[in-house]
Amino acid sequence: MTQTQSAVRGGDDSSAPARGDRKDRAPRPSRSLPTWSLPYFLLLPGLAVIAALLIYPLFQMVVMSFQKVGIRQVRGAPAEFVGTDNYRQILENPLFWSSLRNTVFFAVAAVSLTLILGTLVGLLIHRLGKKMANTVIVGIIAAWAVPPVAAAIIWRWLFDAEQGIINWALNFLPDWLSQLLFGRSDWTGEPWLNDPLTIYLVLVVMVVWQSFPFVAVSVLAGLKSIPTSLYEAARVDGATPVRIFRKITFPMLKPVFAVLTVLSIIWDFKVFGQLYVLMSGPTNRDALNLSLFSFAEAFRSPPKMGTGAAIAVVLTLILLIVTLIHIRQIVKQEDDIR
Amino acid sequence: MSDLTAERLRTPGKPHQTPKHLRKGAKRTRTVARLRRVALNATGILVFLAAIFPVYWMVASAFKSNEQIFTTEFIPIPTDPTLDHLSRVFTEGVAGNSIWLYLRNSALVAVSTVLIGAVLALLAATAISRFRFRGRTSFLILLLIVQMVPAEALLIPLFLMVKRLGLFDQFLGLIVINVGLTLPFGIWMLRTFVAAVPRELEEAAWIDGAGRFTTFWRVLFPLVAPGLVATSIFSFITAWNELIFALILMTDSTRYTMPVALQFFFGQRGTDWGAIMAASTLMTLPVIVFFMLVQRRMVSGLVAGAVKG
Repeated sequence: MTQTQSAVRGGDDSSAPARGDRKDRAPRPSRSLPTWSLPYFLLLPGLAVIAALLIYPLFQMVVMSFQKVGIRQVRGAPAEFVGTDNYRQILENPLFWSSLRNTVFFAVAAVSLTLILGTLVGLLIHRLGKKMANTVIVGIIAAWAVPPVAAAIIWRWLFDAEQGIINWALNFLPDWLSQLLFGRSDWTGEPWLNDPLTIYLVLVVMVVWQSFPFVAVSVLAGLKSIPTSLYEAARVDGATPVRIFRKITFPMLKPVFAVLTVLSIIWDFKVFGQLYVLMSGPTNRDALNLSLFSFAEAFRSPPKMGTGAAIAVVLTLILLIVTLIHIRQIVKQEDDIR
Repeated sequence: MSDLTAERLRTPGKPHQTPKHLRKGAKRTRTVARLRRVALNATGILVFLAAIFPVYWMVASAFKSNEQIFTTEFIPIPTDPTLDHLSRVFTEGVAGNSIWLYLRNSALVAVSTVLIGAVLALLAATAISRFRFRGRTSFLILLLIVQMVPAEALLIPLFLMVKRLGLFDQFLGLIVINVGLTLPFGIWMLRTFVAAVPRELEEAAWIDGAGRFTTFWRVLFPLVAPGLVATSIFSFITAWNELIFALILMTDSTRYTMPVALQFFFGQRGTDWGAIMAASTLMTLPVIVFFMLVQRRMVSGLVAGAVKG
């Protein structure tokens, strides 16, 4: 029995002889398709969908970024090649620079806060009793699960100028403290969603609220995989908690943190729906980010899809760099890929 | 181990008395430990409340009377619960249709996406986990790359493609696009489930003379089914939440999905917060239930090999 198993296992790695081996044991009626082609047939439908819906449009987008695609082209006229005009246009447009700045600053703030808060909560849950831990997990998963559109609506309501609960709570700050911190004491009627800075403040709070649970749950899964003997040894040696975190927990969780960082960057760079709902569409030009700016250019009237595509190319290039780092990490960690 | 030692220190020594100064120290340790436990639990409760409050506030507002909604006071629980908002979103609805229509549209799009996507993902995942073939590594890396492509980047070309194919305002166009958006991660997630089914089982069926299809259908499929469910729920949630393509491809208000329809509550004559919270609750609850079911598997799918065990 063991013998057979190991023989089969061995067969997995070096393909050709194994297949012959299997045929010897279970002769099959010969088919018209050779065995080697089977995986390709299984893969074909999925690959066709990916090629048609993801790869071809991606290619199209790059082509369109060098073309003029206006209302006539949308109606079916052939696109006109304009060279690098679209790129020159966006680089000269101050809105491009403000949306690039918004995108980057937002991503930096949201990613770092998400990671810090998520890690702290993960560490906390790890130290709680079973019942308490499960309660906290249920709570944070509820936050994680809310559809982004619904989340944006909820936070709009919480930050509402007149009836919002945030303004109500801020009124409870002692007047002197509120004056000192914000230069005001009466918060009723404070509109949060008029000014780019406060729009992004709300967006950061909302996105962090939605994404820290994933970090916390992943960190928790990582913590559970660290052998407890390491901690016991450290404790016997009299290490402080901070030292234990720096010398054991952090190094052991490094691969988890690496993946979480990259995934968070990718997600936060292309945040669209939440910002769209917060502003009711691309209404505040100064508060656009790259994806909303691309959308606004492409679907305004008259449409400027070529310019929109050029902005999307810039965003995709940024994400591609981050993605390549991510892929390197995964290829390093998963033996299954090679 | 260390707990045991601590326990032994704590229990007043029966066989031989612990020296007095040691007992005092143990008492202090015990108080510190209890204080620490209280502090930890308090923080846990705080995190729980902070995370769940916005969700609770949505549900609570959906059942509050307008008097309790449009006030500058803080009313923690709806003391005069009403179903007015809920019935209003069903009867009056928004953008000229009952919310029921949008829920149905969303469900139609999401379920179709899941059904088509599940078949494609299962075939591709079987190919990846059961065969070593030329191009396998390239395919896996391709999957990772296309997963990261922002939907906004595909929006413009896909919009033109859908328009040229005459699929504008058709559910089919939206469904196909959702399949494309969910497939890479679906395959990526499902592949680990297929790989987890011991190959020996298939070998055994093989030896018993079962054909390739029978082996797949009677042996592999039932064992992969839980993974298929998890992957399907993930796709369902993604399609259910999708905003940007539905926004662009559906201009006929009878074809709106939930995320698009929700936008129409804003504007006009002020915002009807009761109605919008009722509608948001309807959209959110199924997702929360599904999420609780598959959360663990989503984590393992996303952080891949970074978490072992």
